[in-house]
Parts: sequence; C-alpha cells; structure tokens
Amino acid sequence: MDTPTAAPLLELDNVRMHFPVREGVFLRSSRACKAVDGVSLTLRAGETLGLVGESGCGKSTLGKCIVRLHQPTSGKIIFEGKDLATLTSRALKPHRRQLQMVFQDPVESLNSRHTVGEILSEPFEIHAVGDATSRRASVLALLQKVGLPANAAERYPFEFSGGQRQRIGIARALALNPNLLVCDEPVSALDVSIQSQILNLLLDLQRELGLTYLFIAHNLAVVKHVSDRIAIMYLGRIVELASADAIYQSPLHPYTRALLSAIPRPTPHGRPERIVLQGDVPSPINPPTGCAFHPRCPHATDRCRLEAPSLRPAPHLPGHTVACHYDLP
Amino acid sequence: MPPVASPSAPPDTILEVQNLVTTFETDAGRLTAVDGVSFSVRRGRTLGIVGESGCGKSVTALSIMRLLPQPMGRIAGGRILFEGRDLAALSPDEMHKIRGGRIGMIFQEPMTALNPVHTIGQQLSEVFLIHRTKSRAEAWLRSTEMLHKVGIPAPEVRMGEYPHQLSGGMRQRVVIAMALACEPAVVIADEPTTALDVTIQAQILELMQSLQRAMGLAIVLITHDLGVIAETCNDVVVMYAGRVAEAGSVTDIFDQPSHPYTRGLLDSIPRLEHPRKTRLNVIEGMVPSLRDLPVGCRFQNRCPYRIDRCATGPALEVVAAGHEVACHRWRELPTR
Repeated sequence: MDTPTAAPLLELDNVRMHFPVREGVFLRSSRACKAVDGVSLTLRAGETLGLVGESGCGKSTLGKCIVRLHQPTSGKIIFEGKDLATLTSRALKPHRRQLQMVFQDPVESLNSRHTVGEILSEPFEIHAVGDATSRRASVLALLQKVGLPANAAERYPFEFSGGQRQRIGIARALALNPNLLVCDEPVSALDVSIQSQILNLLLDLQRELGLTYLFIAHNLAVVKHVSDRIAIMYLGRIVELASADAIYQSPLHPYTRALLSAIPRPTPHGRPERIVLQGDVPSPINPPTGCAFHPRCPHATDRCRLEAPSLRPAPHLPGHTVACHYDLP
Repeated sequence: MPPVASPSAPPDTILEVQNLVTTFETDAGRLTAVDGVSFSVRRGRTLGIVGESGCGKSVTALSIMRLLPQPMGRIAGGRILFEGRDLAALSPDEMHKIRGGRIGMIFQEPMTALNPVHTIGQQLSEVFLIHRTKSRAEAWLRSTEMLHKVGIPAPEVRMGEYPHQLSGGMRQRVVIAMALACEPAVVIADEPTTALDVTIQAQILELMQSLQRAMGLAIVLITHDLGVIAETCNDVVVMYAGRVAEAGSVTDIFDQPSHPYTRGLLDSIPRLEHPRKTRLNVIEGMVPSLRDLPVGCRFQNRCPYRIDRCATGPALEVVAAGHEVACHRWRELPTR
C-alpha cells in the first residue's frame, strides 16, 4: 500500500534505547550501549514496513521497544492515542492485545511442556476472553487459519517441524485479533522450501485480516518481497526510508547501496558491480563520531567525520528520506 | 595396488567420492544419512553441495574429513579417492596427517572452530608445527604472514589476541588462514559465511576466491544458499534426503534444472527483481525423516510430477555431458 493518506497506526518519535554497560571492579555503569539512538517512524494501517540491518544495528531492540518488552530510555511510541513508552504495565495491558510479536526461533519461544492447545488458549486466559468452550473453538479456528490440523491442539511443540512451529507462533500472535504484528526474523531459521510457505501465510493473513506488519530481517530479498516500505538501520539509526521498490531501484545511502550489492544473487549470469565494504560494523558502545557509517563509507569527507547527518527528504523523490550529507549520483 | 579413479572422472579430478554410504547408530536403529553419493572435485574449481537441513551435505563433508561423531557415525560403503589413496580406508594416524595438511577445512561457526583459551598465534603456529616445521620461531613467522595474506590488519598484534577479541568476520579469516596454512590441495568449507552479515560475507567470499586463484585450490563449498552457489561455484551437486537429486555445472543447474526438487528450490526463493507481495511458489509438505523414507524416489511425496513408477529407482541419468539427474520424468518436465 503506497497511499500516503493511510492513517498512521503507530508513531515512533525519537525513540532511544540505551543499555548501561557495567564494567570495572565495582561494575559501575560508566558508558551506554546505544542500541537504538533516536528513531522516528510512522507505521500506516495495513502496510508492511520492512526493517533491515546487520547484526547489532538495533532492529530487534526497536521491535521489542514497540511491544514494550523493553521500556525505551526516551522518546515516544504513540499508539491508539496513548504514549506506550511511559504507560505502567497495568495501563499497557489493553493495548498489548493489539500489539503482538512473532519470534525468530519457534523452538525457544514455545513452552515445550504445554500442548499447542494450551499455548494457544493462554492469551485468552491472560486477557479473560470467553469461557472454556469458546476458547476451545477459538483455538481450532486459529489452527485452521495458519494451516495446521485440528488434532495439533493435543500435541506438544517438539512433535512439529520448524515451519509448523512457526505457524504455531503466528497463531498465538493472532489469538487476540491484533492490529500490529512485529515479526522479528520470522523465516531466517527455516529452510528455503519452508520459508516460502510461511511468507505466503503472512501475506494471506495480512490480506484477510487487514494486519499491519513491522517485518524485521537481515535478508533484503525477503524483506523486499513482503514490504510496502523499507527502513534501513545502521548502528541504532535509520539511514534510509523509502518505498520497497525505490530502495531496490534507486537506493541513495551508500550503506543501502553496499548492502544491496552484497546480496548473492541466485543466477550465474552477471551480477551488478559489487561494492565490498571495508572493515566491520563498529560497536554501539563507542560509535564513530559524525556519521556512524563514515569509517566504511567510500564517499566519506571531513564533514562526515564531524557532523552526524539527520534523516532528510531526498530531492524530487516524494516519500524517500535519507541520512547522508550528500546527494550521491 | 592404489585405488584408481573411475574412468568417467574428469582428467583434472583431485578428489573423487564414489558411492559414499554413511550410517549412524541411534536408539531407533541404524539410519543412513548419506546413501550412495558420488562426485568429483577438480583442481582450481569450486564444487557446491546444496540442499536443505537433513539432506546429508554436512555428513558428506564430515565423512571426507573422517570427522564423523564417534562411535555412532560410520562410513559403511564407498571410496573417497585423494592423491592415490582411499581416505575411507586410512588409519586415524594417516588421516591426521592429511587433515589440516593436504586437505583444509572451514566450518560455519568460527567461534567453535577456534580454541577460546589459546591466542590466535598459538593456534595458527600449531598447524605449522604439526605439518611443516619444528622451529617455533619459524612457525610464528609463517603464521604472521598467513594472517597478512587473509587480510587481517596489524597481524603482529592479532597473533597475541584471543578469539573473543576479534569480530566474526576476522575470526572467519583466522579459520581460513588455518585451513590454508599448509597450502592444501582441497579445502572443505561447510557453510563458511552463514553466520556472517551480508557485507562481511561478501568480503569472505571474495577472499576465498582470490586465494583460490592464487593457490590453484579446489574448494568443496557446502551451503543452503543458492545465491552463494550461483556466485562462487563451477559445479553443483543438489542433495535431497541423503541422495544426489541432480548434479551439473552451475549453468546446467540454474538454466536447465531438470529435477522437480531443483526447480522447486529455485522457484521458491524471493528475488529482488520479482514483483512484491505476490505469492511465492512453494514445495508442499516437508523433508521426510530418515527414519521413514519413502521407497523409490525420496522426493515423491512432495513432487507435483509423481507417478506410480516413482516407487522404484530412480538412478542418475545423463541429461548432457556432466549433467545428471535422478528423475524418471526429467524429459517430460515443462521447458523453462
């Protein structure tokens, strides 16, 4: 959905998540790991926003802030007219139903001692929805929705394959009819033939239920396939945000360009000229001065070493924003 | 009499696996993880083995290296011919000399391949001390050179550091330095970039290719990533449930895939150039368990082209020179 008129469902305003680093003899907290360092974003109702970046860029931390598995250090998370970032857990509870998360590892995120039926009825119990009979009916409806047989309810998570377990994780997230699903690397632990089954399921569910997704992943090809817009993250900040097609066809930030060119393409015939970045991702504990990407950037100047660029609209490209001082050709 | 290569093996073959069968003893009885796999690896070229979890690709690598988990794992049949010897029949001592010497290896997770309590210098020197020299000073010097060769900045400093002080990409460079230290003829790399970020993966793949050109190395690259296969391999073996489904040159596999499984895999990956939010092709169902394999073609329960005949065979048939497929119906598949 590329319509900019779609109503905002969730707004992030300058969200920061700094974790104290305890070190030295007395484990005093002298420095901070700036996992998320000033992210502002709008999620529109019914869209999929892809969030891409490499390990340690803060994409999962940001997802966990949104569902309040982390309480952000500062900034606002506006959802249904309330700032989730500062709500108490009691005040948060009614909103939690609307915000659900699908995790990467379906083995670790499902309690192995509960049957699938128990796992799926838990959300109804926590939020005191329905009685035993209606919960049973809801569990069966959920199983059907995600393509699992009804007898799955009596079985335990270990009896299922990775792809089926991810279906259970998705069913659990859908139990309370949420508006927004934060999907954190939902297919990266799966084999390719199973990955496509789960991606299709997520696309079908979105169409059927009008869901909004924040889709977090490191695989740009997967993200591009499911997303309407894509945000690229580097070291705690968003460096570029645009429609999925624009990110692929006309990436502006040098990091986005390098990331795209680094993806191995499944064809033996020619590939675009590869930009191989030098060096590693720096640590969010001691990030570089100025633009965090400058030590690896082939275009870096003195200005980049001193001054951090903020996210600005790209000239002549509506809806395309980039955090770079320069308009690169 | 030394074992001889098969007459069908290409002339510059350096490693030939013939009819490899590897079994595991488990509580549920004997499982056959690799069931009659054959391929040849040629000098200066990269052979990719691709397949999904449980297809036997890693067990094939461990069989070649003779590193199967003991006592459960066992090479139950076949030969692994390398420089006039059958690796499957060597004593553990003889194999010890080859491993890390003439055959190097690179594993997925560099943190587990390196010893956390020894410095990089100690671990790398050890390779030279086992295979090349008695002098510690010389081993140290050659280790430093090797780190330089794999693109590690300030190698003298890194020699004194521990694995945890290095980033994932740098650790994998150290593992590559160890694998190549003794100028091996063949390197077996099992998912060498799977644990790395894509910009780091690009660096490592580029490094492996430039070292291959410089040293004339043969590489066996095991991966689940068809993109990595397409960009780095000359020859490809597609494995499914312990058997070879299809084998050929990289252009054979990507341009003329002749097995329904190969086609299914290629069609199910999301591609950057495809229209967004369209349904992807899927391979229905899932990989059968080794405890419960179908008789005949192992892909039959997921195959859209299944017929009664699939309950027997299928053997590998020649599609074209160097291109083989194990499917009764490969001639009838729709053209692509």
